[in-house]
Amino acid sequence: MNLMMLLEMAANGLEDRVAVGTRAEGLTYRQLFDHSRQAAVRYRTGNVDAAVICDESSPAVPVALFGAAWAGIPYVPLNYRLPADDLLALAHRVGSAIAVADETNQHRLNALDGFEAFTAADFTSETHLLNEPDLPEWPTDPEQVAVLLFTSGTTGSPKSAVLRHKHLVSYILGSVEFMGAADDEATLVSVPPYHVAGVAAMLSSVYAGRRIVQLPRFDADTWIDTVEQEGITHAMVVPTMLTRIVDALDARGGEPMLGLRALSYGGGKMPRPVIERALELFPITNFVNAYGLTETSSTIALLGPDDHRIAQYSDDPLEQQRLSSVGRPLPGLEVAVRDDHGNDLGPGQVGEIFVRGEQVAGEYQEQGSLLDADGWFPTRDGGFVDEAGYLFIQGRNDDVIIRGGENMSPGEIEDVVLTHPGIRDAAAIGVPCREWGEKVVLVLVAGPQRPESDEISELIRSRLRSSRVPSHIEFCEELPYNETGKLLRRVLRERYAALGDTPTE
Amino acid sequence: MVELKPGSKLQSTVCATEVMVVKGVGEVDLTCGGSPMAPAGTVEISGTPADGAASGTQIGKRYGTTDETIELLVIKAGEGSLAVAGETLDVAQAKSLPASD
Repeated sequence: MNLMMLLEMAANGLEDRVAVGTRAEGLTYRQLFDHSRQAAVRYRTGNVDAAVICDESSPAVPVALFGAAWAGIPYVPLNYRLPADDLLALAHRVGSAIAVADETNQHRLNALDGFEAFTAADFTSETHLLNEPDLPEWPTDPEQVAVLLFTSGTTGSPKSAVLRHKHLVSYILGSVEFMGAADDEATLVSVPPYHVAGVAAMLSSVYAGRRIVQLPRFDADTWIDTVEQEGITHAMVVPTMLTRIVDALDARGGEPMLGLRALSYGGGKMPRPVIERALELFPITNFVNAYGLTETSSTIALLGPDDHRIAQYSDDPLEQQRLSSVGRPLPGLEVAVRDDHGNDLGPGQVGEIFVRGEQVAGEYQEQGSLLDADGWFPTRDGGFVDEAGYLFIQGRNDDVIIRGGENMSPGEIEDVVLTHPGIRDAAAIGVPCREWGEKVVLVLVAGPQRPESDEISELIRSRLRSSRVPSHIEFCEELPYNETGKLLRRVLRERYAALGDTPTE
Repeated sequence: MVELKPGSKLQSTVCATEVMVVKGVGEVDLTCGGSPMAPAGTVEISGTPADGAASGTQIGKRYGTTDETIELLVIKAGEGSLAVAGETLDVAQAKSLPASD
């Protein structure tokens, strides 16, 4: 079981179809296969521990990913925006590597022992192709490590998640139909290579036979123009990207976009007003909300196109509410919700989400496997499953606010606030205070018609227990997100720490 | 009989079919085109599939036994059909999941 098997099948079945790039100039599946072979020769000749990418998206990304699989070494994408010290600290943990890097990072990495860094163009250029007739077959051991992904470290120092060939191959075989894409389909990849969705996008597109078009630096206007000019049929975005796309389309006059057949989103909480507006601006697009983690080889649950449209047009509050859910688990994947003592909870009861399945890795280099004896992985995400089996996520357990001994998840407060038409984005945080241990501070981004704080408090009071009503409501221009769309609650807690000693409004 | 192990590759001896074992362990009476399969790359293809065992395999499709203990992914198509202990294997139901990444 090796990722190369997926590419070999595509190369045999689709030969001359373009795998990555523009229809006129992109690499075909056969060329991608040949380049991956050359990359494997390079890795094996260099006898390195890892294949590193420290660069924005380019065709070198799938070449390195598959080349590493062929050579039997882990593919390790690093965040190319990291400050030098942070990058070098991660690189040290990798060992020796052949890297693809932009100019700045090339200099940094080449200064390290055991590192040899190329630009993406040099790495894939024909003139650098090496001849090595005796390259061995790729290893078939399913336990071989395929990818090491450093988690974003929003709560501490980055850990490296281990994904083995068996996890990623299971994920692809379980969720993608081989050659399922028509030959006019193309997917626009805007997430960076070091995001698990960036890895999964390469694998699932290759196996489906869907052409990959990469957008190295996301910008809403470029995204819209690329969709139109490149005949894009599929795209995946994180919530902050969709917010900007919706704004940009509205700024262009709010004309609906009709060419895009499927738009999936995930990687964080989607504000309700944004998804509702997006459903109007993409009136015939199939929307998919995907929930997944790095440790689970990407998507584990999804809310499909029909549920989106039903929610859009339904008068039934239950069906409308589904727009806030992440849908149902993929086939072959089990989801359980448990309380603090490990007891299984029933429908509607909030606890920690556990998952089990062949694609679930749940392993870090630093801590080893986090799976329990029965193979369940604790996601650290809180949430519940409704009567119909729809999964609702209410935020990281690390983000739980404990006020006067009562645990509350920021998500339940944010979900209520985001139903207000005047609110664009919301974050509830716990700020340490003497009286309550923590008190609730609600940070809001308002639309053109900014509501009064009292109105927001009243809305929360009408839907939730009074302990959920925030002590302070603060408005700001924009919430802090990292570049892959994760809300940086730590930054907010620091920014509003002084409110802990401020009397409640 | 041939040894099954998840991740291992097997070839037909009478057609171009190659499979990867997704599920299944141990010695199994697995045939393709009526002849026992072999570990990939070990046998020259010769002859043709037997009558009644020549309905073909499709690349990318998964074939399994009805009790779901054995599942094979076809990675190269051929003219023979797959069978375990004489029972022809069917294509596992195709999934129709929307693209999520």
